[in-house]
Amino acid sequence: MSFQIVLLWSDALLFVLIAAIVGLALWARRQDALRAAWGRVLKDGVAMAAATVLAVFVLIGLLDSLHYRARLEAQPGAAARYAVEVNSALDALLSDLRQRGEKTYSAPLATHLFAKEALENSTQREFPRLKHGGAHLGQDLSGHEFDIALRLSRGLAAALAVWLALVALVSRTRKQEFMAVLRVMRSGIPGDGAGNDPKVVQSKATGAVLVALLAILLLFGVALSLGGGYHVFGTDKVGQDVLYLSLKSIRTGLLIGTLTTLVMLPLAVLLGILAGYVGGWVDDLIQYLYTTLSSIPGVLLIAAAVLMMQVIIDTHPQWFATSAERADARLLALCLILGMTSWTGVARLLRGETLKLRELEFVQAAQAFGVGRFAIMRRHILPNLMHIVLIALVMDFSGLVLAEAVLSYVGVGVDPTTISFGTMINTARMELAREPMVWWSLAAAFSFMFALVLAANLFADAVRDAFDPRSST
Amino acid sequence: MSILAVKDLTIHIGAARPVDGISFDIAAGECFTLLGESGCGKSMTALGIMRLLPAAAQVASGSVSFEGTELLALPESGMRDMRGGGIGMIFQEPATSLNPVLTVGRQIVEALELHGGLQGAAARARAEDLLDQVGIPDPRRRLDEYPFQLSGGLRQRVMIAIALAGAPRLLIADEPTTALDVTIQAQVLDLLDELRRQQGMALLLITHDLGVVARMADRVGVMYAGQLVEEAPRRAFFSQPAHPYSVRLFAALPDAERRGGRLATIPGSVPAADVRHEGCRFAERCCEVMPQCRQAPPPWREVDAMQRVRCFLPGAAPGVAAEVGAGGAAFAAEAKPLLEVADLKVHFPIRRGILRRAVGAVRAVDGMSLQLKPGRTLALVGESGCGKTTAGKAMLQLLRPTAGSVRLDGVELTTRSTSELRPLRAKMQMVFQDPFASLNPRLRIGDIIAEGMQALSVGGGDAAAKVGPLLEQVGLRADMVSRYPHEFSGGQRQRIAIARALAVKPQLLICDEPTSALDVSVQAQILNLLSDLQRELKLAYLFITHNIAVVDYLAHDVAVMYLGRVVERGSADEVLRHPRHPYTQALLAAVPRIDGVGREVVKLAGDMPSPANPPAGCHFHPRCPLADANCQRAYPAETLFGATHAVRCIKAV
Amino acid sequence: MLAYVIRRLLYAIPILVGVNLLTFALFFVVNTPDDMARMQLGVKRVTPEAIQKWKAERGYDKPLLWNATASGSATLTETIFFSKSVRMFAGDFGRADDGRDIAREIATRMGPSLAIALPTFVLGLFVAIAFALLLVFFRATALDFSGVVLCVAMMSISGLFYIIGGQWLVSKVWHLAPISGYGGGFDAAKFLFLPVIIGVIGGVGGSARWYRTIFLEEITRDYVRTARAKGLPERVVLFRHVLRNALIPILTGVVVVIPTLFMGSLLTESFFGIPGLGSYTIDAINAQDFAVVRSMVFIGSVLYIVGLLLTDISYTLADPRVRLQ
Repeated sequence: MSFQIVLLWSDALLFVLIAAIVGLALWARRQDALRAAWGRVLKDGVAMAAATVLAVFVLIGLLDSLHYRARLEAQPGAAARYAVEVNSALDALLSDLRQRGEKTYSAPLATHLFAKEALENSTQREFPRLKHGGAHLGQDLSGHEFDIALRLSRGLAAALAVWLALVALVSRTRKQEFMAVLRVMRSGIPGDGAGNDPKVVQSKATGAVLVALLAILLLFGVALSLGGGYHVFGTDKVGQDVLYLSLKSIRTGLLIGTLTTLVMLPLAVLLGILAGYVGGWVDDLIQYLYTTLSSIPGVLLIAAAVLMMQVIIDTHPQWFATSAERADARLLALCLILGMTSWTGVARLLRGETLKLRELEFVQAAQAFGVGRFAIMRRHILPNLMHIVLIALVMDFSGLVLAEAVLSYVGVGVDPTTISFGTMINTARMELAREPMVWWSLAAAFSFMFALVLAANLFADAVRDAFDPRSST
Repeated sequence: MSILAVKDLTIHIGAARPVDGISFDIAAGECFTLLGESGCGKSMTALGIMRLLPAAAQVASGSVSFEGTELLALPESGMRDMRGGGIGMIFQEPATSLNPVLTVGRQIVEALELHGGLQGAAARARAEDLLDQVGIPDPRRRLDEYPFQLSGGLRQRVMIAIALAGAPRLLIADEPTTALDVTIQAQVLDLLDELRRQQGMALLLITHDLGVVARMADRVGVMYAGQLVEEAPRRAFFSQPAHPYSVRLFAALPDAERRGGRLATIPGSVPAADVRHEGCRFAERCCEVMPQCRQAPPPWREVDAMQRVRCFLPGAAPGVAAEVGAGGAAFAAEAKPLLEVADLKVHFPIRRGILRRAVGAVRAVDGMSLQLKPGRTLALVGESGCGKTTAGKAMLQLLRPTAGSVRLDGVELTTRSTSELRPLRAKMQMVFQDPFASLNPRLRIGDIIAEGMQALSVGGGDAAAKVGPLLEQVGLRADMVSRYPHEFSGGQRQRIAIARALAVKPQLLICDEPTSALDVSVQAQILNLLSDLQRELKLAYLFITHNIAVVDYLAHDVAVMYLGRVVERGSADEVLRHPRHPYTQALLAAVPRIDGVGREVVKLAGDMPSPANPPAGCHFHPRCPLADANCQRAYPAETLFGATHAVRCIKAV
Repeated sequence: MLAYVIRRLLYAIPILVGVNLLTFALFFVVNTPDDMARMQLGVKRVTPEAIQKWKAERGYDKPLLWNATASGSATLTETIFFSKSVRMFAGDFGRADDGRDIAREIATRMGPSLAIALPTFVLGLFVAIAFALLLVFFRATALDFSGVVLCVAMMSISGLFYIIGGQWLVSKVWHLAPISGYGGGFDAAKFLFLPVIIGVIGGVGGSARWYRTIFLEEITRDYVRTARAKGLPERVVLFRHVLRNALIPILTGVVVVIPTLFMGSLLTESFFGIPGLGSYTIDAINAQDFAVVRSMVFIGSVLYIVGLLLTDISYTLADPRVRLQ
């Protein structure tokens, strides 16, 4: 085998999470009420477009979670040795971007470095030529703009071709629906006139997915075609390709957005239900616990905990074999800390709902049969709270992605060696004062983050509307 | 001369048509009632007239003309002058229909400023007048109070005062007394009737209650599935209902004559509003259905000058032969009691102050005693807040009583721990009031019914196999086990709840208002089921209710509760035919009767006092027409009239 | 009402004790002062003497909870727990690593923090409620729809972007305001203008959408139908009836943050170079000045608890159902 699989803890948790989601989805298919609610989400055009975008992000994140260490060239017969560096499947796919580093800053699509340097054998300071950006042009730069335009149109054309092929595929398999899509598209904005015909509603969602796919494919095509010869988003201080950094940041954002909630949920659900159902001193104790925790300003609690965690990690270097493992441990610890500080809100919410459910007649009917407390909590309370848990899960995601950037800026976020939106922004803002500005790192980080968070917010809205009993009536 | 003319009014909500072409006229000063079961579109009609429909609903076609003005064509600003000024409206829930953070005075003055042109002190004085007019004592003080400080009956009076502020010529009252107790209902209906006569105001009264129709209406319109099916003057309607649906509604009403027999029911349930109808909307449930009924909608047919009906049947629909029962043939009257309750008390502490010490108690149940023999039905009757539901739960030990004794089959329950109680739980079960809250929406029907069998290890392990027969026993199909509760109607859910209780083979079933959330026709189905089950299984029922007609139909014994205590108990005949306690007399008199004859004996003033602070002596004396100084001294002891009839009143004769 | 307030005040005591114990555990038990010293001094300069000196300078050389070498009450007072945690209740926060008195530093820095946070809060609340009311007034129209989309989009933008983008556009391109800095008196206005505007814009999306949901929920209530049935114009229904009731849930979310305004905003202050508590905190975190972080945690929770108390009181003022029962 030419590589060794590395399973980082965060990878493992991420796969567990995916497995859990798949499992829950299979279970939900058998639950009428849940199936109906998800059916409403599936029929929501905006939500499905957002889900498409999210799916692309998740795909990138998953590719970036398949880690390995490459085997080093070795004498035949000698024991295999593996590189210290841990790479992911995404790194392998993007090896071009990863390896074609420049010396320092260069603007998007540039052919020269951003700053003048003293050239070899000369006293003059010049903009040095990039090693990779536009290298195929050779010395003659007159074709630069034409080349860009050519690559742009090639990328767009290829993307369009792929999309049309996809559309053809869809139209073959679901012909009627597709005709409805066309009708809706021709009549303008989906939403008016078409009425509530289920076929039309479903086709609106399909149409939205196709439109989102078109946008994604166009961006992909352009990036692929331009990225072959240039640094699409420029390079950063040490000459790394910014597009590569942005793509690598996605995994960090996804992990923080999902694992944090995963860590917090069991605790929040358990304590919330216990406090609400059992009452008495248990309730008093749990309420005291979460009032105390939530009375400490979040950022400060996180900062204090992260500072302390940093001390632990720094004083125990022997725990980690590679720097990747160390960074991973810190990422997980951050999720843990974020989770521990944020379970209070959900617990409070669940306690309140449990108080209401406890008085409902089906719970009393179970009590009349002498069903035990814990069986009632499991059979009667928990399933009726799942929609709140789900809503909390999707609503928290975007907030956490944004929080990562702020925390990394404050200095209590992920490990500085972990590539994330926060670290990208943090390193880039040092250069804001430069004249002219180095804006591309920031722009790339903010745009990727905006796309991810907006998609997550729109999707979360649809999920909330579909599952919240108040909004469905 | 009609003041309001509605023509072909049709209202759409998406694909559904809750109101589908309805026409009627109301003359000035007339009381027209729209009668119908839940979901028939009667409230939607009223909101459509006022143009206050919820956002999803819209008037698709038709015309509403008020005093010659076409309301549907008015601009919104013109319509605002009509609302409140021309047409007033009051709603079903007085608890939620008033703004909780504004004073009563503010909410009345607001309407006066708008329609009466009054400001400041003049408006306030007029508001006080209005409160006085609707019979609110001490109106000056009430002006500065908030709605939550008033009882339900007073709130509904405030609603009426607000509606009167604009001196409307038409008042629309949408189920104005449904949320109120029967004695309060009588007060509010009297008030509405009096105001209508004084002010010459027309009244559009929307109700599901035939008794209210009999008390109030000049003319009746019967609605079914979004359409009017019959229109008649009151007298004609009650003496000779023409539509099969009307006839069946009367037959489904429980009363003493039908005791021990079966009530006539209307099979099935009201069709959903998005069903498209080819023929008559009632055809699916009609016993007189003919082939032509399914082909085309029936046209209006004049029965006489005032009465018309939408039915193909020539002549009036045949009456339903009431099955006269044996009249309370009870089982084993001499057997030893199954349930004995003695001096039961349930107090909830009121905590105040810095240390939250108990400074008093809400005496929800304050010393009640009763006995129930196997195979018999004891009705526990009382108005809301009298403690009857709490008492039921305390007997089952769902709530632990503060004091007193509850013995089931000779075994004392109150001293047993939760685990010691478990083996006894199979003997006693409960059926709850709200069919929508009593089934866990996340469980399948099979799991819901099997839960008790599994928890109590009844039925020898194979619980799942027993579920099918149980479903059939309560009139459902065995193949419904894998469905979820939301697929069932209210009546079906109540059947499932009964099956769940029966699964553990109880001897005692405590039924807490099991039919109060159901329509009359469905109520009859459930009552029939309950009496069948009692015959088959020799069940004893403790039937908690406020509905006197239901009590009259099925109870063998009756206990009347007031403010946490039983004030009168005895056999059904003794208590209902010869009531001795003034409260029982007032309660019975307050029930509107469909023969339109009110027993003008005792009319109660005021509301039930708070159980946190009951009046000294006899709790009832502040409202009692017979009370004197002696009544305030001590709570009356039980006076026996015959072997079984006991009354707690020193004035009882 | 008074009994209620006193009860809430008494309840604050165990919570503060809890916060205190938690921070003590976090700062002194999870890691020993030796660990902290080692990390702060850096690997190269770690010698037992340097660690001792570092600890002695900060008063971390005492035992944690129980001083066996001292006598009398000093067994309890001559400890890290007493000198570092218990004395916070008396307002004694000790000294920062740069030797300054933390309590005095906090007192002088509260002013600038408040100068930004208060106008941002008031203006933000006003703008968000006004915007939400506008959307609700035109509910179910294209205006409402695009307003909600705008809110969601604004929520999805990182707070850092608002600050960086705002500084670039307003200060660098338009030259409308100084890019950062702070001055006393009226001079402060020109420095405050930009951070306040950015703070308002950054927060309005989320809150306006939240308020809109509250308003919409309130508008489906029965009493609104009653108000309409009186013939009241929609404007009056919205302002007199809906707004009054919707303020109650809004209050719970809003009043609790008022005391914490003193804490300032970490991001805004550090980006705009404002000498408030936010930038103080951030500097302390970056310099790993544990004494300052600990003090800020304590102050923060005191302020939060005051906020909870104020919420309860404002609740009773706004809602007659609570006030009169």
